[in-house]
Amino acid sequence: MWEYTDKVKEAFLHPKNVGEIEGADAVGEVGSIVCGDALKLYLRIDKETGTITDAKFQTFGCASAIASSSALTELVRGKTLDEAMTISNQDIAGFLGGLPDQKMHCSVMGREALEAAIANYRGQPVKQKDEGRTVCKCFDVTEEKIRKVAIENHLTTVDEITNFTKAGGGCGECLPAIEALLQDIWSLKPVDKPSKPKILTNLHRIALIQEIIESEIRPGLQADNGDVELIDIEGSRVSIALRGMCTGCMMADVTVKGIQSKLRELVSNDIVVEALQ
Amino acid sequence: MNPVYLDNNATTRVAPEVLETMLPYFSELFGNPSSMHTFGGQLHRRIEEAREKVAALINAEPYEIIFTSCGTESDNAAIMSAVESQPRKRHIITTRVEHPAVLNFCQHLGRKGHRVTLLPVNKQGQLDSDTLLRTLDDDTAVVSIMYANNETGVIFPVETLSSILKERGILFHTDAVQAVGKIPIDVTKIPVDMLTISGHKLHAPKGIGALYVRKGTRFHPYIIGGHQEGGRRAGTENVASVIGFGKAAELARGHLGDDSAYLGKLRDRLEQGLLASCPNAGVNGDISNRLPNTSNISFEYVEGEAILLRLNEHNICASSGSACSSGSLEPSHVLRAMGVPYTTVHGSIRFSLSRFNTDGDVDAVLDVMPGIINELRELSPFGKKHSAKA
Repeated sequence: MWEYTDKVKEAFLHPKNVGEIEGADAVGEVGSIVCGDALKLYLRIDKETGTITDAKFQTFGCASAIASSSALTELVRGKTLDEAMTISNQDIAGFLGGLPDQKMHCSVMGREALEAAIANYRGQPVKQKDEGRTVCKCFDVTEEKIRKVAIENHLTTVDEITNFTKAGGGCGECLPAIEALLQDIWSLKPVDKPSKPKILTNLHRIALIQEIIESEIRPGLQADNGDVELIDIEGSRVSIALRGMCTGCMMADVTVKGIQSKLRELVSNDIVVEALQ
Repeated sequence: MNPVYLDNNATTRVAPEVLETMLPYFSELFGNPSSMHTFGGQLHRRIEEAREKVAALINAEPYEIIFTSCGTESDNAAIMSAVESQPRKRHIITTRVEHPAVLNFCQHLGRKGHRVTLLPVNKQGQLDSDTLLRTLDDDTAVVSIMYANNETGVIFPVETLSSILKERGILFHTDAVQAVGKIPIDVTKIPVDMLTISGHKLHAPKGIGALYVRKGTRFHPYIIGGHQEGGRRAGTENVASVIGFGKAAELARGHLGDDSAYLGKLRDRLEQGLLASCPNAGVNGDISNRLPNTSNISFEYVEGEAILLRLNEHNICASSGSACSSGSLEPSHVLRAMGVPYTTVHGSIRFSLSRFNTDGDVDAVLDVMPGIINELRELSPFGKKHSAKA
């Protein structure tokens, strides 16, 4: 059961401005019956002033899709086209007192219908599908749309992208592509590694080595059913023992070298790691 | 005001007799059946009586019944046991239309290295035994096929399937959660090895289920601990619910014939009434092999969640296979496996009845549904030309 606000319920049960406008000045159509929601927006525009004098809609979809369409028509009425273009999907959701996270795509559909209608009025060409690479094949969502919605709504997680655009909500094959896209959009760098401390006391050095082995090295080995045990630390000499699948592994030397270079990188350059049997 | 409750494949109301039977076990009879003292120990006898009643509902022997916490646990336990008792066999066969309790568990095992075959269904949601035969091999550890589908009510030919598998010596589990209590099931006539039952689908409370394990079938416990349930399912017994389940099974057995006829009549009146009053609507599923209580109807050009919420305004409870009401973005896996076109799948509504439903409930739906469908089609860019009004 969705937690809809009273405003969503009211706009769903008694939607405003339903229907067609005969000879509308602009029509915007988005979505499809296959995807489960579709919205057709009709606008009457005063050519002298560029003001939207009437707006009506037809929507196939769930309660929040119908409520978002109703809200959209109420928001645009009386506005100039330039003013209308500033209406965001958040404005539509806000007008309804908010939408459940998983339903935010309904507000995005409203915004898209508005853009499509205004483009139609201004005689701008209908956007070709191949303008952006299709990322999500199930719901036919392009890279361009994901970038746009992510930036407009400050979306940083794949789940959020799915909630707002539906991308990734079907077979899930495109989830890694969305993740990569988000990394690119926000230029997310890997989390900063702890920087090398300048002066190391013995106590510091031991604590640091322990911590790095626990948090940076063991999880990786354990993922391959291996493990490592810290045996002793004497000055810069670190004695370890390989455990689990690492024991007798042909790649054991490489593993030990890897641990050494990690510790050299994060602790100090003179660390020498030796493996005990 | 009581709702018009037509969502009995989701859950059922606890029968008043069941509740009454259970009450003492929440108060004065609070003992532990494993105790040595009479106060606790006497409950052991009550549990065995409940076991006899649940067994009788499917004509099993009492020791073939293991009480569990729910249908999902029974399904998981059955498949896990089949796999663990035959470690050399790595192939699991199930269908594309199973409940997630089976489907997701098999896919989980698939990710752990088992080979999983998902059998397709035809447009009527029916399974073909030849397809099953073609997928069987010497590596097949278990076949798990539901008795009846929760969304469409379609009944699979479990009798034929289980005979084929018995001949081949392959373990067969059936999730009979939707079937038990609605249609007669006799395990002496159907050679299944394991069968899942859920309490809350037959007027017992939630949180109690059972797994039938045929005598002689090797069984590895899924929940390990104490000696309860003959060491086959550890954990202190859910005494009140077990006893309530027993009572519900006894009632279901007594009602079986009458209920079937009553529900079938009520369901058919609802279905035919809706099809007559709502144009561009059609039934999903094989209507010649179907549970008597279930009707799944697609209303084209409208979306299911919108229908449900409009029905909700009239205090009518049903469910839908549409994407928006499933909590995901994809519509029902069952209807998609049947190849129901997207134009209709989003507008599917399931009505599922119980013996507590009346002609008045059917009238309530028939009164409001044409108006709801018409209004939503008036709203829809695809629907206008399909509305009933001229």
